[in-house]
Amino acid sequence: MVEFEVKGKVWKFGDDVSTDAIISGKYKFKTLNMKELAQHAMETLNPNFAKKVNFGDLIIAGKNFGCGSSREQAPRVLKELGISAIIAASFARIFFRNAINVGLPVVECEKAAKEINEKDIVEVNLEKGLIKNLTQNKVYKFNPIPTFLLNILKVGGLVEYLKQYGGYEV
Amino acid sequence: MVEALTGQTITEKIFSLAVGKKVFAGDIVVVPVDLAMAHDGTAPLTINSFREMGGEKVWDPNRIILVIDHVAPSSFEGTSNLHKLMREFTHEQNIKNFYDIGWGVCHQLMVENHVTSGMVVVGADSHTCTYGALGAFATGIGSTEMAAVFKTGKLWFRVPETIQCRFTGEIPPNVMAKDLILHMVGEIGADGATYKAIDFSGDVVKKLSVDGRLTLCNMVVEMGAKSGIIQPDQKTYEYLKSKNRFPKTMLKNDPNIKFKEIYEFEISKLEPQIACPPTVDNVKSVSEVEGLEIDQVFLGSCTNGRIEDLKEAAKILVNQKIHPNVRMIVIPASRNVYLEALKEGLIEIFVKAGCTVCNPGCGPCAGAHQGVPAKGEIVLSTSNRNFVGRMGCAEAEIYLCSPITAAISAVKGKITNVNHVR
Repeated sequence: MVEFEVKGKVWKFGDDVSTDAIISGKYKFKTLNMKELAQHAMETLNPNFAKKVNFGDLIIAGKNFGCGSSREQAPRVLKELGISAIIAASFARIFFRNAINVGLPVVECEKAAKEINEKDIVEVNLEKGLIKNLTQNKVYKFNPIPTFLLNILKVGGLVEYLKQYGGYEV
Repeated sequence: MVEALTGQTITEKIFSLAVGKKVFAGDIVVVPVDLAMAHDGTAPLTINSFREMGGEKVWDPNRIILVIDHVAPSSFEGTSNLHKLMREFTHEQNIKNFYDIGWGVCHQLMVENHVTSGMVVVGADSHTCTYGALGAFATGIGSTEMAAVFKTGKLWFRVPETIQCRFTGEIPPNVMAKDLILHMVGEIGADGATYKAIDFSGDVVKKLSVDGRLTLCNMVVEMGAKSGIIQPDQKTYEYLKSKNRFPKTMLKNDPNIKFKEIYEFEISKLEPQIACPPTVDNVKSVSEVEGLEIDQVFLGSCTNGRIEDLKEAAKILVNQKIHPNVRMIVIPASRNVYLEALKEGLIEIFVKAGCTVCNPGCGPCAGAHQGVPAKGEIVLSTSNRNFVGRMGCAEAEIYLCSPITAAISAVKGKITNVNHVR
């Protein structure tokens, strides 16, 4: 189950974070063990990330987050580390779909992506389309995720969704 | 009345035929797919998700294509176990279209053997967009979505808006399709076409070979696009016919279309282009970085491992030796390309020039084998991505260019504009 309200501390990244940067090809071909892969998440961008990230933390990033390869291991390792949501100015489309499919909430909000700082405490309400920056005391609105995608998130991802719904209900 | 005023793009027509009603950009549709492809980087996770979904039998084993190309042959025990998982799955599910190591890059195998105009194709690889060059709608998806396709044969899409790209003028000598697409990526940026289809039109595209058109569509994802599309024509038809296939449909854009955007690029004076690290849209003229010493050159990949690419490189390498400080790795995109290159004497030219010719597959592009660079090294590659760490070493730098620029630079030992040599 994905909570509709998530809250946590922010890790901030820049524009065009590629799926190669999230999890390098040199690791992902060797195993399907996400725990093992997750130890290398974001390592070229922030070597401390995988060691220091806490369950519930959020990622804030610039434009085109998750560009490049279609590897689903990218959102999976972030979820494995406990990332509760990603807020970005924009997402690359395959990453966006993959994140929903593995039950990792993704939110597009350019203003929030720009103004929220590393280590801020942020709360996101997915259903209402609200981001609250508790550190800076600011509120942002975003276009809520379409209902059928929210339903995929609600049950924790596409595997559960198809088990429950049998097919896509758009 | 509204319909009479609103024409459809090729992409909208493909979706309309697939769902049996007229649909337009922005509509969300659940579509039966014609073909579904996955490779060794994505299929193992697909197989796991398929089982987790309670999948027992795939929806149609004849529409599924599985390829081992990203790390082929395997260089680690862990990878070997994942390959074994794929082989077992193909036997269990009676999937006949299984290409084990040595057959080549999945995308080349798809265009040589499976895709035809008018199809809806999904692949668990971002460069699935390549097949738009044959007039198909084709896009990359993730592993779990692919598992859903394996189970149900369907997938949801938002019908994309179309951006039209028109290259105009005459293609200058020594400029290839790769230079055109690098130029466009540089101009519109790594997210300049996110969620959109890119339609390549105009006389220049008509004149390009199917090999060149595949290079164009291959790189649309580097601008964030969902798909690329080129209106099928006589060349498309001949290409398919030569492989004993025929178009499903030969669709055209209606005349009264409002494209999301139109880009026009006059290319008569375009110089050879190069994407500099660390992003694909950091594009310059080769002349601007000329003289930079290089350590490794890679000719191959789903972008530029086809026969035309090898021929152009061989024209430069014939009776030449690559520079003693450079390693050059040559990888034909498929077994067919390899055989044709052998027949035409290209492989002999490469070997005599001092190149290392490897078996068909993704080679060093995937970052796990066949030429992982060392720290501080500079790689010049005909592939499509230069992200930090892409080739397996985060401290190596990758430049992307055409086969002609790759070959002449390998001879000189440094990045070279071929027009400054001859």
